[in-house]
Amino acid sequence: MSAPADPARKPIGGLVPTALAAGLFTWFATFLPEVAAGEVVRLAWDWVPSMGIALSFVFDGLSLTFALLISGIGALVFLYSNTYLAGYKHFGRFMWFLTAFMLAMLGLVLADNLIALFVFWELTTITSYLLIGFGHETTNGRRSALQALFVTGAGALALLAGLILMGLEAGTFEISEILAQGGLQESELYVPILILVLAGAFTKSAQFPFHFWLPNAMAAPTPVSAFLHSATMVKAGVYLMARLYPGLSGTDAWIWTLTIAGGFTTVFASVLAVKQTDLKQTLAYTTLMALGTLTLILGQAGGYSMTAFVTFLVTHSLYKASLFLMIGCVDYGTGTRDADVLGGLGRRMPVTAAAAGLAALSMAGLPPFIGFIAKELAYAGALEVPSSVLLVAGASLAANALMFAVAGIVAFKPFWRPAGGTETPRTPKEAPWPMLFGPLLLAVLGLVFGLTPGLLQGTLVNPTVIGFMGEAADPKTLKLWAGVNVPLFLSLATFVLGFLLYVVHRAFRAALNGMAPALPNFDSMWDKFLDGLKGFAAWQTRVIQPGILRVYVFATFTTVLVAISGTMIVKGAVPAMPDLSDVTWKNWALVALLIVGAVLTCLTRSRITAMAALGVVGIGVAIIFITFSAPDVAITQLLVETLVIVLVAVALLRLPTLRLEGDASWRPLDAALSAALGLTVTLVLLAVLETPLDLRLTEYFEATSWPEAFGRNIVNVILVDFRALDTFGEIAVVVIAALSAYALLRTTSERKDV
Amino acid sequence: MKSIILRAGTRYLAGLLLLFSIYMLLRGHNEPGGGFIGGLIGSTGFVLYAIACGTKDARSALRLSPQNIAMAGLGIALLAGLMAALFGDALFTGQWLFIGDRESGDYIPLSSVLVFDIGVYLVVFGSIIALVFAMEEEI
Repeated sequence: MSAPADPARKPIGGLVPTALAAGLFTWFATFLPEVAAGEVVRLAWDWVPSMGIALSFVFDGLSLTFALLISGIGALVFLYSNTYLAGYKHFGRFMWFLTAFMLAMLGLVLADNLIALFVFWELTTITSYLLIGFGHETTNGRRSALQALFVTGAGALALLAGLILMGLEAGTFEISEILAQGGLQESELYVPILILVLAGAFTKSAQFPFHFWLPNAMAAPTPVSAFLHSATMVKAGVYLMARLYPGLSGTDAWIWTLTIAGGFTTVFASVLAVKQTDLKQTLAYTTLMALGTLTLILGQAGGYSMTAFVTFLVTHSLYKASLFLMIGCVDYGTGTRDADVLGGLGRRMPVTAAAAGLAALSMAGLPPFIGFIAKELAYAGALEVPSSVLLVAGASLAANALMFAVAGIVAFKPFWRPAGGTETPRTPKEAPWPMLFGPLLLAVLGLVFGLTPGLLQGTLVNPTVIGFMGEAADPKTLKLWAGVNVPLFLSLATFVLGFLLYVVHRAFRAALNGMAPALPNFDSMWDKFLDGLKGFAAWQTRVIQPGILRVYVFATFTTVLVAISGTMIVKGAVPAMPDLSDVTWKNWALVALLIVGAVLTCLTRSRITAMAALGVVGIGVAIIFITFSAPDVAITQLLVETLVIVLVAVALLRLPTLRLEGDASWRPLDAALSAALGLTVTLVLLAVLETPLDLRLTEYFEATSWPEAFGRNIVNVILVDFRALDTFGEIAVVVIAALSAYALLRTTSERKDV
Repeated sequence: MKSIILRAGTRYLAGLLLLFSIYMLLRGHNEPGGGFIGGLIGSTGFVLYAIACGTKDARSALRLSPQNIAMAGLGIALLAGLMAALFGDALFTGQWLFIGDRESGDYIPLSSVLVFDIGVYLVVFGSIIALVFAMEEEI
């Protein structure tokens, strides 16, 4: 996605979502005092009360942290997009998608009902699909969007199963109640629930081995990436794990799964981040790294870890949004994002450089930025882990050092490295203020929070940690100077290692590129997987749908026969011979008429005779209905029969004469199948007649149709009153069937004309 | 089909069938009949007309396109169901208004149920005609 074609066209409509997001942010901020005081605000509306599903929202430390990040960064991203995408032809559509996405995300983090949460979860999947695939003219855009949709969608299906299991096990779908009553860890269903929920969370938050879709999601326009990566969609998985932390955490399964997946993802992703040359791509991998870190932290169980979780969450959102928007500014101003081309921009784009510098210092974890505090807390947390100190601390150290190097590549090199010989496509110039405002503000916030850590501490960190850990809560203090301790030494080690890595990053990249062919490439494995799936689908379609009508009909009826007769044999339901003494000669005559009609239909070779004979059968059935006093059904049968004959006549009489000889070998088989099926259905009917009829419904309708529905024709009263919703569904089907058939016939006739 | 007798007869027959279909529609709540049966009878009339005089004539006699009739029917049925919401009842609960004296049986009942049945009638009528016309024109 490149810069717009016609920046002169300033869209005003984009200000509405900006104002909406800003308004929401203000509204959420009004909850801060209550939440800081330890209160939990709950809003609820009934949705499907009979199933215990409510549209309930909860404002506690965790949801408020997320809601503020989403709406706050959302407002800045909208403001930014107004300029960045000005004059773009699908600007309006883009704003709608982004607004819908933001609202879905807010619903997700605020929902207090598992089902409501899932609905919002899927809404984020769909809206992000639309956003990632926004540049749908390109193959790459479409592929990336589909990949994200498939991976996160498949995870979501697992998640749905997990949430339902959890709701059934707990006896309620309200998250706050489930967490309050606890005890999920001891349940027999704990392991399946954990696996299913983590499958949803890991796919959404792109944990290894589902990480490959996230960097591809870069196909989206830059503001989307900023939003998606900093505050929203990809954090949904982390949010879910955090939300359910009190209910699911603490077991060995939880600790080790999260530690290993998170630890691996964070190191793996930060190595890959150094490998990239496209700045946006680099940042995408650092998002993976951050998600891995958050997962890793959530796997632990101490006060430091939980404090570090909230702090790092906020820190990462601030610097990541800032850096993404900054790269958009660079792209906008120079026309390229290639790290190897860019250089010496510092003097031409001083504001962008300042924003980039501040955000990157927070990312690198240098004091006095909030990133430093978050990193110290994470190290302190790593030292108190129940799993393996060496593993957690080692993974954190490696990832943080690589992050330090990446901060240098992204925010130092393009601005302060002497300009190389290569020219950028456009002469570098500063972006307009609406684009600079967001990144600068977010970057400065990183510094502000670092200098006054108490701001976050009281309002968001403490309530969240208490939410996680309940009465045993032990929120640690955020401070810039915690004394000389092990985390400080680890920080110093990080800086030294990071600096060394930055110095040698080109050589490191070259070495990685040399190794790349030997490593498994998940992205291409995904393609192979899809190809395999398509091949399998094509194969089974060829087997099941050969395109020969008689095969379909034969298969369908054989299946019906096997299903019915098999059930009857297994159940031993063989009916006794019915008593035929009270059957009148009129009834026998009717039976004879039906049999003659059916036999004639089978034997004749003339189409008109076949139709007439079939008509005899249909009218015979109608007469049976009349004999047994069901005039409504009889009339319907008669009319439908008439119309079917007309339709068949229209079609059949104008078809060319087909030779039947080739099929002769099938006829005995057809006859045997028909006879067997007829016999089975007769037996079923006889068996049904043997059991006493349950007349409760009939009696109810008889008794109530006049007093309640003012109608004497029960059949019609049922259709239009008692079961009107069913009828409505049926007529909707009739309309759809007619329109589809019409469209089908039309297209073939048009094709013929051409 | 170029039969002058069929064509002349059809003109009257189709009209009669339409009239009869409305009669069946209206009596449906107390006697055999109703929207589904009415719709079938009404469409039979037009199908007959289309066979005797050709679909072009039948279409112009119908004025509206059969698909639109079917869609309108669906909309009317939905509106009839939604009317219940105005009176605070569950969806598709019948709403009744009796004009006249109920005690003596001398009254005209008006109901959302009838509106719903008219919707059903139009859906069946429109759908079948759409199908038959399309097949007649295609083959």
